[in-house]
Amino acid sequence: MASPTSIPVMNEGERVDDYLRRYERNELLRFLTCGSVDDGKSTLIGRLLHDTGRIYEDHMAALEKDSKVHGTTGGGLDLALAVDGLKAEREQGITIDVAWRYFATARRSFIIADCPGHEQYTRNMATGASHCQLAISLIDARKGVTTQTRRHAFIASLLGIRHVVAAVNKMDIVGWSEERFRAIEREFVDFCARIGIPDPVAVPISALNGDNVVKRSEHTPWYSGSPVLELLEAVPVDRPSPDANFRMPVQFVLRPDLNFRGFAGQIAAGSVKPGDRVRILPSGKETRVRRIARAPEDGGDAPLAYAPQSVVLTFEDEVDCSRGDVIVCIGRDPAVTQRVECDLVWMQEQPLVRGQQLMLRVGAKQTACTVRRVRWLVDVDTLGTQPADTLRLNEIGRVELECEERVVVDGYRECHGTGALILVDRMTNATAGAGMVRLATEAGSKRAHWETEALATLERAEDKPSFVNAEERERRWQQKPRTILLYGPPGSGKTREAHEMERKFFDQGAAVVMLDGQAMRRGLSKDLGFSDEDRSENLRRAAEVARLLNDQGFVVILAMAAPDPEARERARELVGQDRWEARNMGAR
Amino acid sequence: MATEFTHLDELEAESIQILRETAASFERPVLMYSIGKDSTVLLHLAMKAFWPAKPPFPLLHVDTTWKFREMITFRDATAKRLGVDLRVHINQEGLAAGVNPFASGSKVHTDVMKTQGLRQALDQGRFDAAIGGARRDEEKSRAKERIFSFRDKHHRWDPKNQRPELWNVFNTRVHQGESIRVFPLSNWTELDVWLYIWKNRLPVVPLYLAKARPVVERDGALIMVDDDRLPLLPGEKVQTMKVRFRTLGCYPLSGAIESEAETLEAIIEEMLLAKTSERQGRLIDHDSSGSMEEKKREGYF
Repeated sequence: MASPTSIPVMNEGERVDDYLRRYERNELLRFLTCGSVDDGKSTLIGRLLHDTGRIYEDHMAALEKDSKVHGTTGGGLDLALAVDGLKAEREQGITIDVAWRYFATARRSFIIADCPGHEQYTRNMATGASHCQLAISLIDARKGVTTQTRRHAFIASLLGIRHVVAAVNKMDIVGWSEERFRAIEREFVDFCARIGIPDPVAVPISALNGDNVVKRSEHTPWYSGSPVLELLEAVPVDRPSPDANFRMPVQFVLRPDLNFRGFAGQIAAGSVKPGDRVRILPSGKETRVRRIARAPEDGGDAPLAYAPQSVVLTFEDEVDCSRGDVIVCIGRDPAVTQRVECDLVWMQEQPLVRGQQLMLRVGAKQTACTVRRVRWLVDVDTLGTQPADTLRLNEIGRVELECEERVVVDGYRECHGTGALILVDRMTNATAGAGMVRLATEAGSKRAHWETEALATLERAEDKPSFVNAEERERRWQQKPRTILLYGPPGSGKTREAHEMERKFFDQGAAVVMLDGQAMRRGLSKDLGFSDEDRSENLRRAAEVARLLNDQGFVVILAMAAPDPEARERARELVGQDRWEARNMGAR
Repeated sequence: MATEFTHLDELEAESIQILRETAASFERPVLMYSIGKDSTVLLHLAMKAFWPAKPPFPLLHVDTTWKFREMITFRDATAKRLGVDLRVHINQEGLAAGVNPFASGSKVHTDVMKTQGLRQALDQGRFDAAIGGARRDEEKSRAKERIFSFRDKHHRWDPKNQRPELWNVFNTRVHQGESIRVFPLSNWTELDVWLYIWKNRLPVVPLYLAKARPVVERDGALIMVDDDRLPLLPGEKVQTMKVRFRTLGCYPLSGAIESEAETLEAIIEEMLLAKTSERQGRLIDHDSSGSMEEKKREGYF
């Protein structure tokens, strides 16, 4: 007989103590499910709960009753209803918000963030994904990989999720066609590789009938992979590494009496032990950890603490330290800055605009901030970026914020605990946006040199404006300055095209300059080789020159290989969105 | 290097972080102590979060005057043992009006003595954050609940106007008169709660354990005759049965289950084999489908 709940089954003759000791060791995995309204997402969750026995009899009775009234399966058991919570959404047949579900097997405890697929998907999915280590993306086998699928994978990767599973659903309707499945799998895996998801997997399922959800399906002898549940049980749980740089935002200072001053917080990254030298930011004061204080009934002081434990630290010295400060190890410091750049998901009806004032919260720190500028907007469908002045509801963009006080931040990729922020509307107190900090210095960032250079040069230009202004230059040359990049691999004809273009402009009386990548390499970029970084740097130098020339009023044509889309994006940034044009000359 | 970080460790660390955020962000937080198993875990976590100091907020129990006597004894003994500031609120108007589960019906009784009583207590104490032990796995409408759940000036919950909640970065800002309900146990399941109690040897109200108790059978539920205020209906007779309770509330509204489980381990074993959810024994949830959601909009915890 099946176990009535999905909590791990007791073995024959096992004592409760032993059972609990076994269950106690379960790890926790949080995952989200995303998909469009009809992709069968709720059905998949209902199936996971049902087939692992989680649905209680009284819930089941209610479900059977509900299926007859609201169900979409012609009176049959509609498992989707098991996971639809609120009356309003039940009647509308859609999930309004993120719903949380819980189940456990003998190997793991699971928390599901059920994310809706309608127009609020970005806000809701980002919310769900911020808590999760894995995402299941529902794909309708008849429709294949859609724009929606790509959006889901993109948002998952933006929020730092490394494991994405494509549940290719309704395989029964396409006759369990391996060919169909493989085509979808290929497209999905390719796309994930493009956006840097390291570990994509596709599973052919029928949520309605339970194939390859909990149990292996008889219909897919050609599928050698695991059913969905097995994948969930086997995927490595991503925890903050104990070897990472120690970070602990201080939440609360404990002063029960004059002899004790403890600093309470949840360790965001790394580990700490008594005697470790630490620095308190933003002040920069150094001290040593004296105790990791714990009550005698909890085993007394700890010899070691690590992320994500909630702890109390005391120091050797009487140093200033209060809520909002961050305790860090000596070594690689986070950024201590008033200017924060982040990828922002905007979650409020009223658009974000330059100059807008908001409250920012990162770690335990709260400060007022102003939107300095929107650098770009991400087109979630094409993954391209475009210039923007505002961010509207459910849009994602790169934004620069100026904080009233200094904040202590890491890049989101390095540490979520010190790299994740929210923005709160000062009038309504609504949560208006969620940001992932991007630092120029972040490890693995190919853009490091772009960022620092771009920023520094920008500030110089702002400081000392020329006595000749842009309008005067336009009148003199009778043209608007711009940069046209012709890119493509060797032999794509970009250089020839560039020369022809230059000729045409010249004949029309334009002040035009043509820069050839090869010519760049003979002089300005003599020191560069052909690695990805060097190619990127070569393009940066060309873009810098183009920008200077544009500032003088010239039209610039660049002929470069420029294979990296991110580097091209950066070049566009540097030159200015409104002055930039890029044309692909070859098949890349 | 200690590497074993279990789901329970993770839940504990998360709950403590939430409790500390609450204490740090609000002027007048309060912990809603309802004496049951979830409150037991919640209180233990609060003691742990601020050790060696005491929790920087009082405990509040909204007493309907119909709680089991053993609950009240346990409540007072616990507050004394831990040295915490316990406040008890009774809706005096309701009491004066003679509201009780029988004459007024369970719905009116719960609304007046529990929901209105809670609102009175929160208003009188000017509490801007009320910490509760509700879990998301308890009930469908709870599954969407935020950890920091916003309530307007009238304590109302609007399921369509909830603040998105990302990571562990909480939006704790409210205007004057508005408040937040905080649920540090949101991500715990019933089994997790029992496991935690078992692991930490936390004392619980003896009503959770099976014992011979006087009960009557009413509408298919076993109601304990906890004092002489329970009017017997024609044909009802008090019998002694070995029973225990899965959830605790007002005794005339709490259904007991027949059980042999006299120890914590035995309760857990029975729970593993249970076929119905824990709220099954709670009579107020079954008035109508979606009734918990309606109560929450009104300000019920």
